[in-house]
Amino acid sequence: MSTIASDSVAAAHELDHEPLDESLDYINASYGMRSWLLTLDHKRIAILYLCSVTFAFLLGAVFAAMVRIELLTPAGDFMQAETYNKVFTMHGVMMVFFFLIPAIPAVLGNFLVPLMIGAKDLAFPRLNLASWYLYNLGIAFTLYAIATGGIDTGWTFYVPYSTQWSTSNVIPVGLGVFIIGFSSILTGLNFLVTIHRMRAPGLTWFRLPLFIWAMYATSLVIMLGTPVIAITVVLLALERIFHMGFFDASLGGDPVLFQHLFWFYSHPAVYIMILPAMGVVSELISTFSRKRIFGYEFVAFASLAIALIGFLVWGHHLFVSGQSVYAGLIFSALTMLVAVPSAVKVFNWMATLYEGSVSLETPMLYALGFIGLFVIGGLTGVFLGTLGLDVHVTDTYFVVAHFHYVMVGGTIMAYMGGLHFWWPKISGKLYPEFWGKISAALIFIGFNLTFFPQFVLGYLGMPRRYWSYPPEFQVLNVLSSAGASILGIGYLLPLIYFIWSMRYGKDATENPFGATGLEWRTSSPPPTENFAVTPTVTWEAYDYSSVPMPEVSGG
Amino acid sequence: MSSDHSPLDDHGQHVASPKLYVAIFAALLLGTALTVVAAYQDFGHLNLPIAMLIACAKATLVVLFFMHVKYSTPLVKLMMPTAIVFLAVLLSLLACDYLGRMMPVTP
Amino acid sequence: MADSASTSHGGAPPVAHQFATARQQREAANLGMWFFLVQEVLFFGGLFTVYAVYRFRFPEAWAEASRELDVKLGAINTAVLITSSLTMAMAVHGAQLGKRSQQMVSLLLTLALGATFLGIKAIEYHHKWVEHLMPAPGFQFHGASSGPEVGHARLFFACYFVMTGMHALHMVIGFGLLLWLLKNAAAGVYSGAYNTPVENVGLYWHFVDIVWIFLFPLLYLVHPR
Repeated sequence: MSTIASDSVAAAHELDHEPLDESLDYINASYGMRSWLLTLDHKRIAILYLCSVTFAFLLGAVFAAMVRIELLTPAGDFMQAETYNKVFTMHGVMMVFFFLIPAIPAVLGNFLVPLMIGAKDLAFPRLNLASWYLYNLGIAFTLYAIATGGIDTGWTFYVPYSTQWSTSNVIPVGLGVFIIGFSSILTGLNFLVTIHRMRAPGLTWFRLPLFIWAMYATSLVIMLGTPVIAITVVLLALERIFHMGFFDASLGGDPVLFQHLFWFYSHPAVYIMILPAMGVVSELISTFSRKRIFGYEFVAFASLAIALIGFLVWGHHLFVSGQSVYAGLIFSALTMLVAVPSAVKVFNWMATLYEGSVSLETPMLYALGFIGLFVIGGLTGVFLGTLGLDVHVTDTYFVVAHFHYVMVGGTIMAYMGGLHFWWPKISGKLYPEFWGKISAALIFIGFNLTFFPQFVLGYLGMPRRYWSYPPEFQVLNVLSSAGASILGIGYLLPLIYFIWSMRYGKDATENPFGATGLEWRTSSPPPTENFAVTPTVTWEAYDYSSVPMPEVSGG
Repeated sequence: MSSDHSPLDDHGQHVASPKLYVAIFAALLLGTALTVVAAYQDFGHLNLPIAMLIACAKATLVVLFFMHVKYSTPLVKLMMPTAIVFLAVLLSLLACDYLGRMMPVTP
Repeated sequence: MADSASTSHGGAPPVAHQFATARQQREAANLGMWFFLVQEVLFFGGLFTVYAVYRFRFPEAWAEASRELDVKLGAINTAVLITSSLTMAMAVHGAQLGKRSQQMVSLLLTLALGATFLGIKAIEYHHKWVEHLMPAPGFQFHGASSGPEVGHARLFFACYFVMTGMHALHMVIGFGLLLWLLKNAAAGVYSGAYNTPVENVGLYWHFVDIVWIFLFPLLYLVHPR
């Protein structure tokens, strides 16, 4: 397609004019590095983010592999203890800040939000591009820190170790976190304004896809929580450089204050990770049951409720920190409360499946896996929110298993499901369904083998962040490491076949899965302007009578 | 878009009068003087609440009139109160910790 | 209004392709700035939280430490900043009416007042440096270098410098924005049809003023004698 005519069309696209040739989609609208690196098209920016977060994930996975290799044997024999501290820290930093928090919002959110609401782009395309560059700047500082010796404080940077005793690269990583926080804030801001002001005619709030409600709630959390971690990191840096005294007990400072400020963001941050995932799952469950989500309004409001209540519970990370017992009681009670809207969602998904026309394509396998694993992860969170039990299992592998169930069994499963579901829309190609199912199965089996033993280990007393352990824990650790290898293969396969499909995959039609949603009423991939004509919406959400039957089914 | 009866100009914007701005400015200066005078009186534990009350009043004037919130949509009117509410959440739950540390825990 | 030398000739603004109308574009930009300010409240809020914790824990030491600050200079600075909010509002007003000279005079005054504020702050910071009140090793309070009262006073000054420093940083950013507006105002870019940048920078500047409205009593007026 690279003729002189299309070059001038390409130039027109870069200047954001109307597309002159509607057979061009956003991928081949223009060519060359500059047209991608300086793009203002939300769909291209989503692809840029896809590359970045995939890199971050792979780097975080390398650190995870190193951890699991060390833990194959009880003795600390694969690396030094100080190195191990750096490895698990960097695993956490890469995965939490550079993968889990941005992944679904910046990849799927950026791609889909304008499409789902019938808009041509987000409200602020240049801020969108800026937020990707900020992500890269943040990861650059972190990579620099890793390359020049790493950081060993744990991804939680607790003081006074991080401010007074650690000799590792705390400040560069802190700077990286600060910068990526700003990147996150710009994304959230963009989504909020776009959803408020740029919905297509007729698209009232209660006709929106639940993914949009989820992204809206997520963006609220981003705007309210992220600035607090930003200022906390600034205080951390000032304390470390100038020894101002904020967290130094010898001057009257309080180390626990750091934990309060840190977790005021970092707990809502886990809702930044899970809300978009739940939004994806709503779309998948509905499409592959061919049925409107049961209790649509309840699910929508549950997203807002999770966002709100999520800000009230951070002290459950501080139960044994020296926080007052009375605060602990209050936070424990509030923690029980936050489980309620999540449970509402799970019940509504189950009710949607009931008497639905269920088909088990790869995205649906991920969605079903999400529900099971999220329930386990969420319930163990409630266990941890119980003061007495928390005293026993805090800082053990029980906690590690809990958060991996929700973050990996939850968020990453949903992310994978969403990538598969929207891959035809994003790339114009179908992924190979057979290999999709194989990978989903490997991921599910590998995941459970990796992390279920860790519940047992934690309950039996194995502490987290330890590089050696008593010999009686070895069997469970070996099972866990074996599971991790299977999990790794499960993640590598999609990486391979997604790339394969871009060249050799079957071409996708507009709506291969028979889904509702405006994104399925334009070509796969969409043109740069998303829609030839801005749609006017006169139907309710998840109205399957108005869409064709799925073309893709079974293997 | 405007929630009071002030006239909108041709572009749908509310144009406030400079006289109003000067009046608000005078009120803000008065509030500042009041803050200083009140600080030198001894109201005991009430000194801080009084100072904060005056500061909140001044901030409200700036938000409503200089920042045009009085003439803005309901959504914009919700913004600052929402931010304050979440800040209040941070402060009050934190207070549960710090106040609670001073209370006895029966053995 | 008919004098072409003093009016902006800005006509219909360019509407970006993702927006249907100029009004939608303006509303979106305005909303965007407000959401940004919401997160700024939480950003400074973190600092106010730290302040609250330590003032609550060490009230006497903080009252003593606060007396080292010059209430007169703080009050003058408060008046300066409030005046700059007035001039900023007048700049927005001038943009709404397309009055070029009003815009430029108001923006220049705002810049001058902002510079005055920072100049006074620099003087105060210099005083603190000379009096060994910088919250770093070498800090001295009432002649002592160690002891609980010294540590608690040091925490006061840590809060003082970080809070006013962060505020000053935001003012410097505001300067950059004001200079950008000035350049455009001089070129007659803003008018009734298009003044969103002026309105939004105004929102930012007023917000910075509000932060100081709280900082002044909290830092300077803990318990003056």
